[in-house]
Amino acid sequence: MTIEHLNIDHVSMVFETPAGPFTALENVNLKIDEGEYVSLIGHSGCGKSTVLNVVAGLLKATTGGVVLDGTEVDEPGPERAVVFQHHSLMPWLTAYENVELAVRQVFKGKKSKAEMREWIEYNLKLVHMEHAMDKLPGEISGGMKQRVGIARALSMQPRVLLMDEPFGALDALTRAHMQESLMEIQTELGNTVIMITHDVDEAVLLSDRIVMMTNGPAATIGEILDIKLERPRNRVELADSPEYNHYRAAVLKFLYERHQNPESDRGEDKPAQEEPCSEDMSLRVVSNSAAA
Amino acid sequence: MTTETMKIFQWQDYQEAVRSFVLPLVAFVLFLGLWSFSAARLETSLGQVPGPVAVWGQATNLVAEHREERQKEVAFIERQVVRNQEKLAEDPNAKVRIRPYTGKPTFLDQIVTSLLTVFSGFLLATVIAVPLGVLTGLSTNVYRAINPIVQIFKPVSPLAWLPLVTIVVSAVYVTDDPLFSKSYLTSAITVTLCCLWPTLINTAVGVSSMDRDLVNVGKVLRLGWFTTVWKIALPSAIPMIFTGLRLSLSIGWMVLIAAEMLAQNPGLGKFVWDEFQNGSSNSLGRIMVAVFTIGFIGFLLDRGMLMLQRRVSWDKDAILR
Repeated sequence: MTIEHLNIDHVSMVFETPAGPFTALENVNLKIDEGEYVSLIGHSGCGKSTVLNVVAGLLKATTGGVVLDGTEVDEPGPERAVVFQHHSLMPWLTAYENVELAVRQVFKGKKSKAEMREWIEYNLKLVHMEHAMDKLPGEISGGMKQRVGIARALSMQPRVLLMDEPFGALDALTRAHMQESLMEIQTELGNTVIMITHDVDEAVLLSDRIVMMTNGPAATIGEILDIKLERPRNRVELADSPEYNHYRAAVLKFLYERHQNPESDRGEDKPAQEEPCSEDMSLRVVSNSAAA
Repeated sequence: MTTETMKIFQWQDYQEAVRSFVLPLVAFVLFLGLWSFSAARLETSLGQVPGPVAVWGQATNLVAEHREERQKEVAFIERQVVRNQEKLAEDPNAKVRIRPYTGKPTFLDQIVTSLLTVFSGFLLATVIAVPLGVLTGLSTNVYRAINPIVQIFKPVSPLAWLPLVTIVVSAVYVTDDPLFSKSYLTSAITVTLCCLWPTLINTAVGVSSMDRDLVNVGKVLRLGWFTTVWKIALPSAIPMIFTGLRLSLSIGWMVLIAAEMLAQNPGLGKFVWDEFQNGSSNSLGRIMVAVFTIGFIGFLLDRGMLMLQRRVSWDKDAILR
């Protein structure tokens, strides 16, 4: 029997809030093969980010757990690199130095200085950022920052690449460019990827599987859609492809007919279900690091 | 860009430059006029309150006195050297030494003393407050623990610290060959006690409000505690740390003058007090020179910190005033 690459095993997540326990996730079950590109899609507040944070090890599941190559995940680590929505580059370090921080930490004692330099430059070239290596994040555009964020994550040589709405903060054109780059990189490296997205086209274009989540509270996996489009995929050609449109329609139906946007029902009262969780987590981060 | 718009831009730049130069100048002239006008109508026990011209006269006087004093010192040393050489000529084994000049410190000497003292006190405070602030910002528990102490000591006036510090320094700092004078230590420590709080509080706020995503990046990379502090917490807090440092330095400068006045420790504060006690017809003018000097130095210290902040801080967009 072979061990699965990544197994998200019956994960449930309950947050303690002042108003009592809040069940964010219930019984999320997902097995992912090596080299597979999986998108998580769902309305905001459905706990997509929570799933990702549990896989990253930034949150601990209340019940169930995550097993990567036979080892249970219990803390964050570079083999599960994260690309955050808002690039999260150190604003005081240049693009090169941001990647360097990761490479130094991961390859300490494994690569020589020259090898590290080469590896950093290789990763920045991969995302087409070699021309702006010595620029500070404040001096480059949002898309470029996100590229550097991806380069940093790739430079850790992760076994799973986790992306939390990586292009959510970008304009449509930049986003399309980034998707192209990402597909190019994916062809070259064949990483296992879990990506959160709101964008149906993005999900269909990039993924091997789309995992559609039901609305919270107690969100779980509603449906899984296998995308059997041939690679390399071309967005312009696919626009007329009946297959592509079929997948697209399937996701749209799930999102807008079967699991309508909870926000449109409740009016403007935006349930910040993801916010309190991340808040909780950050508090714990602070006290943990001080206690260490 | 067309030549037409170029012209407009230049005209606007020109107007801007005129405004930023002329407006302060007009205000300054008005201020001098008002001062001169009211000074001429104020009669005190020490004579008439000096106007701008009289004060300027006193300023040049003070510089002249300083030069004179220095010349005296040079002459004093020279006399000794000559005498020693004569002695040595008579008897090569004669023991000779040069006594230091012990003239009264001039206005400029007092400025130097005050600057040295304020920097010592400020540096000591920084060395204590920044690391403590980082710890406070990182840990809610440390924050809870020290917050009451900070809140109680923060509003304490320097003048309340001064007697305590004086007595404690006298009791603890007992050596035959003192490296520092006691008065210097007393002033510097009083400055430290008042400089601690703004830096401490601002550093703590800066560290605790660092971007959570950056902390998560650190966790994913499994950075150690020290690396996290050094690579993430400290740089994040740099802008706030500097805000604190600037506040501390300006408070420290104000505190120092008061402390020197009260404790008769050498420095600008003592100069002001001496002139006040002296009560000659020149005293008011000389005090005014000191007041302007104190203000001007305070301004320069703040600008200096601002320049340092511009150099060190990564946040070039922050509005720095």
